[in-house]
Amino acid sequence: MSEITPTTFRPASEDSPAFRIALTVTVLAVLVLLLFAPLIAVFYEALRKGWVEAVTSLAEPEALAAIRLTLTVAAIAVPLNAIFGVAAAWFITKYDFRGKAFLITLIDLPFSVSPVAVGLCVVLTFGANTWIGASLVEAGYPIVFALPGIVLATMIVTFPFVARELIPVMIEQGRAEEEAALTLGASGWRTFLTVTLPNIRWALLYGVLLCNARAMGEFGAVAVVSGKIRGQTATMPITIEMLYNEYMSVAAFALAAVLAFLAFLTLGLKTFLEIRHADALAASRRH
Amino acid sequence: MHIEIDEISKSFGTTAALTPVSLAIPSGALVALLGPSGSGKTTLLRILGGLEFPTSGRVIFDGVDATGLSVQDRRAGFVFQSYALFRHMTVFDNIAYGLNARPRASRPTRAEISRRVTKLLELIQLPDIGARYPSQLSGGQRQRVALARALAIEPRMLLLDEPFGALDAKVRKELRQGLRDIHDTTGLTTVFVTHDQDEAMELADLVVVMSGSTTGGKIEQIGKPQDIRAKPATPFVKEFISACDFV
Repeated sequence: MSEITPTTFRPASEDSPAFRIALTVTVLAVLVLLLFAPLIAVFYEALRKGWVEAVTSLAEPEALAAIRLTLTVAAIAVPLNAIFGVAAAWFITKYDFRGKAFLITLIDLPFSVSPVAVGLCVVLTFGANTWIGASLVEAGYPIVFALPGIVLATMIVTFPFVARELIPVMIEQGRAEEEAALTLGASGWRTFLTVTLPNIRWALLYGVLLCNARAMGEFGAVAVVSGKIRGQTATMPITIEMLYNEYMSVAAFALAAVLAFLAFLTLGLKTFLEIRHADALAASRRH
Repeated sequence: MHIEIDEISKSFGTTAALTPVSLAIPSGALVALLGPSGSGKTTLLRILGGLEFPTSGRVIFDGVDATGLSVQDRRAGFVFQSYALFRHMTVFDNIAYGLNARPRASRPTRAEISRRVTKLLELIQLPDIGARYPSQLSGGQRQRVALARALAIEPRMLLLDEPFGALDAKVRKELRQGLRDIHDTTGLTTVFVTHDQDEAMELADLVVVMSGSTTGGKIEQIGKPQDIRAKPATPFVKEFISACDFV
């Protein structure tokens, strides 16, 4: 039998220094390789031939149209999804009804279905060869290969974000505060505005920011419904892909850099609000 | 206000919470609904407050049928089990909530609201905590703020769900007296739910002993504390009371 000679003692709950270093290095390596390196590559490629060329490529009418379209789609889809998400979360958490679990699964569906399939569904439902689509085209409001279709596809793909952020928060908070407001004479609407909304505002903000980031970056569903008409229905991700396929790498990467920048802006806003309202954030979690 | 509960029953889906129960509460009484969990006492309290509607039966306030009256129109001061204070509002705003929620025509002026809140803070003997948030208060302070918030709407009755449930033994004893004092000052008909027979016997004028079963909660005995102690009406009451005595 070999003799066991303890050298140094450390608490059982603490990992060995070697293990900790190995873990840190692995995480950092993965982060650099998968997140930072590609981002730097995008900006590097965009600026490879200098600022002038990059900015000139962005000033092309095609690129400008793509930026405008993406911002328009996000500006319509995100507020609508915020409203629907709050309504869905409210309905699911404040009422008891049969089929609740099924409804929650249904809300998650866009996460598990491929965006391309979502796009196809929109085409199959609202395309010009369907009854609804044909009558809408006749009335002068085409859905597919136009803005409404892009907005619709984006909304379906990004629908779960707000509701999923809100549901756990609202379940945890329960109904007692709302019930208290009602017994104090507040109407349902007043209760929502003065009690529910302030209690969920952080979760709602997170949901909206995530929804926004995803809405601006959506590719698959939009690729199917938009018809990729240059300068008309091509969003930023679609335009980037088209430019890249045509070996216009500076233009493609410049536009990709703008898209990445918009995502940074979203993240930055989130972090800024977190720091600015750290106290309120902590207070609303503890009680 | 005189409260009459006439053959009230309640079921949630297929589960029965209350078998038909009847009970008359005289105006100004301090009543305890006493029973183990599952005896339907909280359900009965929530029906009185308008937070649940009975499956059958009627609720009568001062001779007027109030069964279908909305929760807002009942004007019942309700104190919730975990107090349900609005966590994002100061104590002052919590207490003022009911007054601010009134329609413009009957809403007091800002100065009047401030005066009333100050007065309520004095009544609960916490005059200096108006600017604090609920998370900065102790359990006992929260309970008293919840009481003040319920009283602010000038309620017709006071309903309390396990008002001392979340407190330690010492604070519990102090606040019992506090509730008795507030009841005596305001003269409000007060109903509170408890599973602690000491609390019920010491505090209430009238104790309603309830029991639960698969067919729903029911009332075993209604009486003054000393009468229930002296003459338990059913084996359940006898066992429930003596079981608690030895703890």
